[in-house]
Amino acid sequence: MADVTAAPLTTADGRPLKAALAEAQSRARRRAFLLVAPLLAFVVLTFIIPIGQMLDRSFHHDGFSANAPATLEWFDANPAGTAPDEAAFAALAADMKAMKENKTAGEAGTRVNYTLPETRSLITKTARNADDLAPPFKEAFLAIDDRWDDAAVWQAMRSSASAYTADFYLSALDMERAEDGSIRRVEENGRIYIYLFVKTFVVSAVITVTCLLLAFPVAHLLATLPMAKANLLMILVLLPFWTSLLVRTTSWIVLLQGEGVINEFLVALGVISADGRLKMIYNQTGTIIVMTHVLLPFMILPLYSVMRVIPPSYARAARSLGATSWTTFRRIYLPQTLPGIGAGSLLVFILAVGYFITPALVGGADGQLISNLIDFHMKNSNWSMAAALSAMLLAGVLVLYWLYDRLIGIDNLKLG
Amino acid sequence: MALPIYASPLERLWHYTYLVLCTAIFIFLISPILVVIPLSFNVEPYFTFTEAMLRLDPAGYSLRWYDALLTLGMQTPDAIRDGAWWSDMWNNSSWVRAAKNSMIIGFWATILATVLGTLAALGLSRPEMPYRRVVMAILISPMIVPIIIIATGLFFFYSNPCSIIGTECGRLTSTYLGVILAHTTLGIPFVIITVTATLSGFDQSLIRASASLGASPSRTFFKVVMPLILPGVVSGALFAFVTSFDEVVAVLFIAGPDQQTIPRQMWNGIREAISPAILAVATILVVISICLLATVELLRRRSERLRGVTPH
Repeated sequence: MADVTAAPLTTADGRPLKAALAEAQSRARRRAFLLVAPLLAFVVLTFIIPIGQMLDRSFHHDGFSANAPATLEWFDANPAGTAPDEAAFAALAADMKAMKENKTAGEAGTRVNYTLPETRSLITKTARNADDLAPPFKEAFLAIDDRWDDAAVWQAMRSSASAYTADFYLSALDMERAEDGSIRRVEENGRIYIYLFVKTFVVSAVITVTCLLLAFPVAHLLATLPMAKANLLMILVLLPFWTSLLVRTTSWIVLLQGEGVINEFLVALGVISADGRLKMIYNQTGTIIVMTHVLLPFMILPLYSVMRVIPPSYARAARSLGATSWTTFRRIYLPQTLPGIGAGSLLVFILAVGYFITPALVGGADGQLISNLIDFHMKNSNWSMAAALSAMLLAGVLVLYWLYDRLIGIDNLKLG
Repeated sequence: MALPIYASPLERLWHYTYLVLCTAIFIFLISPILVVIPLSFNVEPYFTFTEAMLRLDPAGYSLRWYDALLTLGMQTPDAIRDGAWWSDMWNNSSWVRAAKNSMIIGFWATILATVLGTLAALGLSRPEMPYRRVVMAILISPMIVPIIIIATGLFFFYSNPCSIIGTECGRLTSTYLGVILAHTTLGIPFVIITVTATLSGFDQSLIRASASLGASPSRTFFKVVMPLILPGVVSGALFAFVTSFDEVVAVLFIAGPDQQTIPRQMWNGIREAISPAILAVATILVVISICLLATVELLRRRSERLRGVTPH
């Protein structure tokens, strides 16, 4: 008996059991991973890499460095602060001629413009007239524009000589480089990005709270009704969820616009006069109303799945012990729904922060969110700026996503 | 939920207020979807109920906006409606073309997302799966990351997809393949979520039982696993299809004029000149979503029944 326990356990073919088990387990792990591998590769290729490449643009822009090789050489040969001499202007003239030929002045100008505003027009204008550039070059440049004498312009070109820069992030934070290279906030009327980020978060918070207030009673009703009735009413929640977003947005335009159903109804009732029609769409109100409608199912569903399993006996016990209905709700029922509130609120907030379609269609001038600004910069080929704003938005969303995974767990995400 | 017998008058009052409140919220949820249906039959080019419509006068209703859907973009919309007219409509009507594109793109994106997603869900629901949490987070992220960021990234990537291996090759912008790949990525989270949810009630010992009876792994999969998880797979596929069928931002960024889909066409309609023809499209889409919802609900109930049979 003692001999048997002392010898290591082996399998039938004499291998140690521990090794055989470890091998079997690692084989099972490999198999499980191989099932996931094709999809993981697909997502990395069509999702992670494209976003990574795009983010690269937020600190990489070789518009100037790739198109002004001669000027770059002069910058390398002369330390910062050297006043531009005739050789510098000659080098720049050669680059300008090349830019005119290759039509790259816009790219180069865009890059310098991030460092010093209004230099894009200077560079494109000079490149357009590059044929007039003949020795003596300095005078020729000054004849086109006298800003070429400005040391700040040369300093801006020198700092644009590097393809890597954090300037786009500075711009996205409403900051700029002063002439002496220090960082300062832009003038009051130029501060748009931080304001828009704050607005996006505030609007998303308002939508989240509205959704919660509307979803709570409905989810409670669905959770406490008998199953057959609840399933019927559930269709009213799921149908909007399954209906095209563009259809829902169209419907809201029909309902809310100046000559829309609601205004006509109110005018017919005499509640408002024909001139006093309510302005409910193409502004921030429109964005909030429509997004609340669109995101409401994402709040109702997690709340419902939590509320459905709360045993009603706790509330009855509290009542029998003398609690009022309000105390029962506040101290017994509400705490048990917290996981649902957390899951729904986080999900709605995450989706709201990145929303694009609804604000673009019904937001008008003041209902636009940060996504719409990214779109605006993309349309104007201001790609690095769009990338920097995307990076900041993405960082915010990923933090919330991480929080969601920590608190609720992605496994618990349910649809319908 | 019935009111308890010991409720005070104040509680009764609150209970009825609460029911009225819930009704109002349900109306808020459903009325925008229902309101477009009658308005799409409006004979006038207005977005509101005319008096004739309110009187239920048949003269107030017409199918002219549905007709407008067919004729928009046709070469000879006013010709006699013979075979030539119908073939003109089938080939040239912009909405018909958009519908065809939506179906082609949606079909292939759904197939890809469902096959890859179901395989991955099978792996993810095995207890031995390494790095399960991280992998799951990555696979679900296309649903969480703002669509504008995905579209922007794809716009750059598709202009030269071979840049990752340092060479140049063709473009994926303005191709069907590009749009299909993008929509597959967007549909994957939905397949993963629904199929893993179905698999969470799946009894893994059935696989061992099948293997011990001599079935090969592929036979086990098709004869034992597949029939049990099929409802989840089909709902996942429907979700993926709806995602593709409703997607507009990626199409805006990466599709060319040949890949215009229904949502893209609607987007133009809403942004530029909104005509009641949009409401006709909206009505058709609402009817489609009602059918899809009914299918998913039936599948869900079937799945619950099937799961009830297997021991836990």
